[in-house]
Amino acid sequence: MWILLGILAWAGGSALNVWLARQAPGRTAALAVPLIFGVTLIFVWEAAVRGFGISPVLLPAPSAIAARMAGSTGVLWEDFVQTVIKGALSGYVIGCLAAFGTAIVVDRFDFLRRGLLPVGNFVAALPIIGIAPILVMWFGFDWQSKAAVVVVMVFFPMLVNTVEGLRDTSAMQRDLMRTYAAGYWTTLLKLRLPAAMPFIFNGLKLATTLALIGAIVAEFFGSPIRGMGFRISTSVGLLALDLVWAEIVVAAVAGSAFYGGVALLEKAVTFWHPSQRGQG
Amino acid sequence: MRHVLPVLTVVAVIVAIWYAAAIWLNAQWALDTAARQDRTLGAAELVLDTWSQEKPKLPAPHQVVTELWQTTVEKNVTSKRSLVYHAWVTLSATLLGFGMGTALGFALAVGIVYIRVMDMSVMPWVIASQTIPILAIAPMIIVVLNAMGLSGLLPKAMISMYLSFFPVVVGMVKGLRSPSRMMRDQMRTWNATRGQEFLRLRLPMSMPYLFASLKIAMAASLVGAIVGELPTGAVAGLGARLLAGSYYGQTIQIWSALFMAAAVAAAAVGLIGIVQRATLKRMGMG
Repeated sequence: MWILLGILAWAGGSALNVWLARQAPGRTAALAVPLIFGVTLIFVWEAAVRGFGISPVLLPAPSAIAARMAGSTGVLWEDFVQTVIKGALSGYVIGCLAAFGTAIVVDRFDFLRRGLLPVGNFVAALPIIGIAPILVMWFGFDWQSKAAVVVVMVFFPMLVNTVEGLRDTSAMQRDLMRTYAAGYWTTLLKLRLPAAMPFIFNGLKLATTLALIGAIVAEFFGSPIRGMGFRISTSVGLLALDLVWAEIVVAAVAGSAFYGGVALLEKAVTFWHPSQRGQG
Repeated sequence: MRHVLPVLTVVAVIVAIWYAAAIWLNAQWALDTAARQDRTLGAAELVLDTWSQEKPKLPAPHQVVTELWQTTVEKNVTSKRSLVYHAWVTLSATLLGFGMGTALGFALAVGIVYIRVMDMSVMPWVIASQTIPILAIAPMIIVVLNAMGLSGLLPKAMISMYLSFFPVVVGMVKGLRSPSRMMRDQMRTWNATRGQEFLRLRLPMSMPYLFASLKIAMAASLVGAIVGELPTGAVAGLGARLLAGSYYGQTIQIWSALFMAAAVAAAAVGLIGIVQRATLKRMGMG
């Protein structure tokens, strides 16, 4: 019965999407198609769990997860504050500011730029998450160590992007600033920083996902008795998978909101850039 | 060549800072130990002591290098105490996940480029899937797959796959769409079929994008494999070495595992870079 319903929903959802995609492209269709896809997916998931009788220990149904979320808002909120606000957000701000400051110094001295940039590129490709146990050892179990992990994780992508962006002015533009008798600082503030903004926001967006991952994974190596990473790892041990999924939903929503917020800010700041123009 | 001197300078400065930090962080322990033995340490003794502790807060670079040398060259490769063995465990999961992720990403990209419904429905979810901190649920995936009877390489590889398919999808969609309208029209005037258009125009044009994506995917899948090893009870692999090291306060072991992971990442990404240069050169794009 449930299996049949799931198959029906799948067929209906995809048929509707095919039909919508054939229509004239517009804002509504662009929004509706992924939405229908998502809803279909959740429905098929629910139907499959019920139809095949999958044990809730393996994969809880979406309805069970929703019920759990509604039932334990207090715990979820406490974890959210501990991990996202205290750990990820503070680390994100410190790391991005530090990288930004370093980038300006590095940009000023060409020798530093040639030396630090390859090293920065190399470090950005490394599994930085591995330093989590060391930082937990240094800064203790509370949120300070999580923030430290996040600082290190966001630092290098941010640094590389900002330095790259600060070089993104043509000789002609810089010459024009010279004819205005603009000094280093005026050129930096009026020409080079605005020109670097698309790159800086690229780094900021990359860093949002890294920040959340860093804060959560760092909690696997030791944390006080709250926090999303802590809750996930202990709930897995207790086989309370509905709570784990509830934490994941919170993390996904927080991550998307974080990313979306930075993207909105980018739209407001770099409205002049080709990639932002022409989107309406 | 222009880069060699600045890079060496920066590396030298980092090593110098590292030694200084080792003195600063380890001094307290050295002083405490000395006080307990009713000794006073001179400046030179103090410095030497901070660089040669058993379980320092921050091991000095030469201690890490010694540990690396001992666990790679002097140990038998098949021994469980050999870092080469652990690196291989991690690398095999990484490569398997990387292969599966690349295949999945490639298939999705072809679908997205050719089928309009997929473009509209799947693409937003592919992007949304990456805002989820997937590493956070890695332990659960491992446990669930274990319960379903899958253990060993495959669960770790699945996490690597999840992390590595995304850059490939994004890069390949961009790459397969990079031929201009004029080029596609040219193919049509030659009466090319869709298959020929794909093989002769779109696929070759997407190569630079593919290699850029593969490098990111490789780095991501190594991270996935390492994190995937954390919850399996610290059996084998670089992630297990990290976890065991942090349980027992074996800082030197943590740092040497970190350096091994860095070396593996650098080697794997470097290898892709070499293949990239050779391929693009033969295609006349390098």
